[in-house]
Formats: sequence, C-alpha cells, structure tokens
Amino acid sequence: MIEAFYELFLSRYNYWMAIILMLIGLYALIAKQNLVKKLIGLNIFQTAIFLFYISIGEVEGGTAPIYLPEGVDALYVNPVPHVLMLTAIVVGVSVTAVALSLIVRIYEEYGVIDEDELMQAVRKR
Amino acid sequence: MTVIDHIPVLMIVIPILASLLTLLAGWYDRRFCYPISLITVLFQFGSAIAILLHVMQEGTIRYSVGGWAPPLGIELVVDGFNSYILAAIMLLAAATAVYARRSVETEIGPEKTVSFYVLFQLLITGLVGMTITGDIFNLYVFLEISSIAAYTLIASARRPRAYVASFNYLILGSIAGGFILLGIANLYAATGTLNMADIAQLLPASYGLATVHAAFLFLVIGFSIKAAFFPLHLWLPDAYAESPSAVTILLSTVMAKVSIYAMFRILFSVFTTAYIIDTFPVTGFILFIATVAIVAGAVLAIAQKDLKRMLAYSSVSQVGYIMFALGVANQIALEGGLLHILGHAVMKGCLFMVAGLIIYRMGTSRLSELKGVATTMPISCAAFALAGASMIGIPPTIGFMSKYYLVLGALEAGHWVYAAVLLLGSLLAVGYIWRFIETAYFGGLHSDHNEAHPRTAAREGPLSMLVPIVGLALLCLFLGIFVEGVMEVVGPAVSILLGGA
Amino acid sequence: MRENVVIRTVSRLAVPFIQVFALYVIVHGASGAGGGFQGGVVFASSFILMTIAFGLSSVKKRFNNKWIMICSIIGITIYAGIGLLCLILGGNYLEYGIIEATLGIPHLHGYLLDAVEVGIGITVMAVMTSIIYDMAERRGESP
Repeated sequence: MIEAFYELFLSRYNYWMAIILMLIGLYALIAKQNLVKKLIGLNIFQTAIFLFYISIGEVEGGTAPIYLPEGVDALYVNPVPHVLMLTAIVVGVSVTAVALSLIVRIYEEYGVIDEDELMQAVRKR
Repeated sequence: MTVIDHIPVLMIVIPILASLLTLLAGWYDRRFCYPISLITVLFQFGSAIAILLHVMQEGTIRYSVGGWAPPLGIELVVDGFNSYILAAIMLLAAATAVYARRSVETEIGPEKTVSFYVLFQLLITGLVGMTITGDIFNLYVFLEISSIAAYTLIASARRPRAYVASFNYLILGSIAGGFILLGIANLYAATGTLNMADIAQLLPASYGLATVHAAFLFLVIGFSIKAAFFPLHLWLPDAYAESPSAVTILLSTVMAKVSIYAMFRILFSVFTTAYIIDTFPVTGFILFIATVAIVAGAVLAIAQKDLKRMLAYSSVSQVGYIMFALGVANQIALEGGLLHILGHAVMKGCLFMVAGLIIYRMGTSRLSELKGVATTMPISCAAFALAGASMIGIPPTIGFMSKYYLVLGALEAGHWVYAAVLLLGSLLAVGYIWRFIETAYFGGLHSDHNEAHPRTAAREGPLSMLVPIVGLALLCLFLGIFVEGVMEVVGPAVSILLGGA
Repeated sequence: MRENVVIRTVSRLAVPFIQVFALYVIVHGASGAGGGFQGGVVFASSFILMTIAFGLSSVKKRFNNKWIMICSIIGITIYAGIGLLCLILGGNYLEYGIIEATLGIPHLHGYLLDAVEVGIGITVMAVMTSIIYDMAERRGESP
C-alpha cells in the first residue's frame, strides 16, 4: 500500500509538480476574464514546461553543469535541457512582449480589457 | 565546396540579412523596401527550384551546421518531400511579394510599411527553417519565430478588430507551442537525442512506454492547433478575415502548409508508420475527424456574408482533405494529399489575391456590396472562376486531380463511406464558390456604390496585382493538365514518407 | 517629492555597476551561467531603471531610436557575418575551427564564440530598450 503510494506519487514528484503548475496556468488562461491575467496564466503554463524539462535532465548526485577546476572529478547533471530552455525562455519573453503590446492597443481602442465587455464592444463597432 | 553545397543554410541566413537591410534602407526611404524584398524572395525561389532539381537527381542533402556531426549537432536535411514543399511555399511567397506592393500601401499605411517588409522576411525565415531542418527542437524554434512574426503581421491592419483577432491567435498559438514543447520533452526523455533520424531509429525499442504515447498525443494536438484541423480551428476565421490581404495570402498558403508538413514529418518520419498504424492506431480517428472537417468547413463557408471569411472557412475544409490523406495512409491517398498541398496553395492564393484586389478597389469585401463587380473587373473575376472551378474539382484542373487520387486511395483501402463524403464535400464547395460568381456576374449593377468611394472599381486592378492573380489561375489549369510531371516529384516523396528512408 | 531624490541618486550610482555586470554575464556564457541573451536583458534593465527614475525624454537624448536600430542591426550582422566568414573560408556555417585553422591563432575558437555572444547581447539590449520606449510613450486615454 505504502509502496504503491511511494511509486505513484513520491518518486515521480517532479512530474506531478509540473503537471499541477501547467493545469493552474491553463485554468488561469481559460477562466479569467481579464486579458492580462490570461497572459500571466500563459506564462505560468510555459514556466511549468521549463521546469519539466530541467527535471528530466537530473542525474542523481550530480552538481550544476559548470566545469569545476582541473583535476576535480565530478558528476554533472545533463546540460542539454538547460540550454534548450534558455531558447524557450527567450521565445516566451518575446510572445509576452507582443501580447502586452496588443493589450495596450486593445485598451486604447476599446477602453476595456475584460473579455466579456470586449466581445460586446467589438460586436457593437 | 561550392555555393550549391551551402544552399540550405543560405536559404535561412539570407532572409535574416535581407530583413536587416530592409530595416536600414527603410529608415532612409520607404520605397527601397519593396525592391529588396522582391529580389530576395525571387532569389530564394530560384534556389528552391535548384534544390528540388538537385535532390531529384542526387538524393538527400544533409548539412551539418557548425561542422558538428549529428546526432550531436544540428542537421539540415533536404529530401524529396522537403524540397517539394519548399518549392511550393517559395512559389507562393514570390507571388505574394510581387502582389504586396499596392495592397500594403492601402491596407497597412505608410508608417508601417517598413515593418511589414521586415516581418515578411522574418516570417519567410521561420517557415523555410521549419521546412528544411532535421532537428526536432530546431523545428520548435523556427515554428515560434514564424508564429511571432505572424501575430504581429495580423495586427498591422488598420482595423481595431485585427488586434482582437491577433490576440486570440496568439493565445491559441502559444498553447500549441507549449504542447509541442512538451511532446519534444517526452521524446527526449524516451530516446535521449533530438535528431529526427536518430529518434526514428531509437524509438521502436520503447514503443510500449507511456512516455512515447504522451509525446505522440501532445505533438499531434499541438500541430493540429497550428494547422487549424477541425475542432481546433477557432482562431482561423478571425485571423484570416481581419488581417491585411497580403498577410492573409501568406498565412493561408505558406504558413498552413508548413504546419501540415511538420505534422506529416512527425507522424511519418519520427513515429514511423509502424507506430501510427500498429501500436497506436490513430489513423482511423484522424480520418473520421477529417471527414467531419471537410463537411463542417464547407457548410460554415456557405453561411458567410463576407468574402474573406467565406474563403477562410473554405480553408478549414481543405485542411480536412489533406488530413484525409493522412488518415487513409496508403500510397495513392498520400500522393493525392501532397498534390493537394501544392494545389490548394495555388488555388487559395489566387482566391485570396482576388479578394484583396476587390478590397483595394472597392474598399469592402461584403458579398452584398459586390453585386455586378464582374462588369468592371472582368479579368480578376475570370481568374476567381477558374480557381474556384479548381477548388470544386472540375477536370482538368489540379483540384480535380488531387481529389481523384484521394477518392481512389480511399476506395482502395475500403473506406466507401468516406469516399462518398469526400465527393459530397466537392458538391458543397460548389455552394460557396457559386455564391460569389452569382453575385459578381449576375448581380446587377452597383450604381449606388460609385459615389461612396473615390477609387471605385471603375477599372481593373493595377498590373502588379493582376500578374500574380492570372499567373496562379493559369497555374491551376496547367498543373492539372501536366500532372504527370508533378507526380514525378510527388511519387518519390510519398515513398520517403511511407518507407522511412 | 523627497522619494524622487532617493530614487534618482541610487539609480545614478547603480547603473554603471549594472552595466559592468551585464558585460560580465555576456562574456561568461561559454564557461558558466550566462550568455548573450541574459547579458543583453541585464544591460537593457539599466536603461529601464533610468527611464523609470528620470523620465523617457532624458534617456532618449542619449540613446535615441536611430541608435536602437543601428545596434540591433550590428548585433545580428556580427552573428551572420562570422557564420558567413566560416562559409567563405571553406567550412560549414559557423564552423569556427576553419577560421582557427586558417589564421593559426590559438584559442581563436573561444574568442569567436564570445564575439557571437556579444553580438547577440547588443541586439537583445536594443530590442528590449525599444520595447520599453514604446510602452512608456503611450499615454492611453480611455475613449
């Protein structure tokens, strides 16, 4: 009983954390009415994916993937997911910048950032 | 080592440099942007044709960026399938580049012209990179480059609705990108490498793992959102209808095709046919959804009152045709699907170009205000009729040829009902094409419209817009008549997909 | 009014240190945590701090839109230029070993890596600063 619990939850806790964060982000994206809150939800969703990637690259007992001085023998974690996530973070920042500019223009044009009121304002114009 | 060997990477680097040059030249004088863009895109079109001929004679081109051999380094792979798609998208990009000048002047305005051309080049960079890469994470990076350029291009119209449409597309496109990234994570966790050919070799050992199933599902859902496959197409009508006409042509022809290419590549070359037919039989489900997409898209298109929105829903229906080919997954149906990729790009490009020309001349695209437009714009409406006939599937146009192969493939696999629904889809296409033709040719004169707009359709469109329209319409006809020449390219491409070379 | 003096003084003191730290982060990308993008963002944050503390017009006097455009072009040109240089000398794109073999300078491989990172850092800094200029310029009035 305890073994099943351990195998399902405790030994895979990194996957559970990533999935719970992803679902929180998706919930904010879908359920919140304010456009800026939707964008924050998108950021949480993307951050959860980054954490998932980094947790895959973990080597048990490994240290940060930066070369220690010559002669010191050490076990490093896998550096490839770290490098991939650098690129993905840049992509996330660019998307956030474009989305914020769009929100600024929507606000200037319609005067509302709430999703329901925005749909009404769009239909009226 | 001549220039020819380095063409794959030059196809990606030259648009980046051209966008910088456009930015610099546009600061001094706005009129420099158009010639620079045109020359760059025409050069790329020539290179794409050269790559196609080279690959057909000599086989796959493999290029390691930075000299690092795969699987450690990033590899650019151009095989028969890639080069065909590359030639198709560069043809449409070249046609759009010729067409874009007048359309951009009116619909985007002088202060954003430089931005349009810079983003146009960056979009081409992203899409070409997505087509020729052989590394799966590189695919994601170029996908996001092209998506961000697309979000900004859609929002550059003068209408306020474009901002909302672009925001919708941004949210859904970013969710799709997130899912694709998750799929790549699962694939990397299962195999330990990011090179597509390497993953295809290492994956069969772990076909039973839940990781691989999860990766497959995430990738399929992500690329379906990007390609606007039926239930996930909700961003498409707004994005296509509210964006400027030149951008709509780029999105509907080039970007949609590359997303579909990526899905084919992932499904057939990374998860080989052994997976998608035997281990995780998803082709039947895709076939069913594709059939629903064909009918639903066509029915929704008939109900529209705006020309561009009608053509946008028609695009949803046509994506269903290509996914139908993926669902059947035998040689003949896939040949029809690939033929439809080229054919739909040419047909839809011509149709959207005519819609853009009508907006340029008349300022509106609502069908009720376009009565009798064929009397003043005879050439464009004739081109619309020809491309529309190809969309319906009237022989000997290319639309007929691709649908013929699709039906033949479906019948060979024993899916009688689906083949019948495909023919029903053609009948429904008559519905929406005929609406415009009836309004344009038989609608009576729009005499009350001439006073409202200073530049009404008193005459035909400018030459820079007419030449691509007529060229693409005639191409619909010629590609259908000389379809054996196209099949010489498509046949080996399908063998690569199915055989996993 | 008194808080303005504190913010302005602290900003004026902190900005040079932020910029030196940004250069450190850019150059250390190859052998530690850091790299072009991160250093570029830290460098841009110094401009953002100045914009918040002193207002947009005084920062624009020193780093106006024309210089932003030139910086972003220079950065990517360095990256593409080094890549094309490797192409011209006979190797693949961005194959630094070819330049090292041709010119014979030892450890040139590492210097070229850092040069590409510096180029990327310049472009990222210019783009981030242009974003904050655009956001700060808008005075949104609700209709």
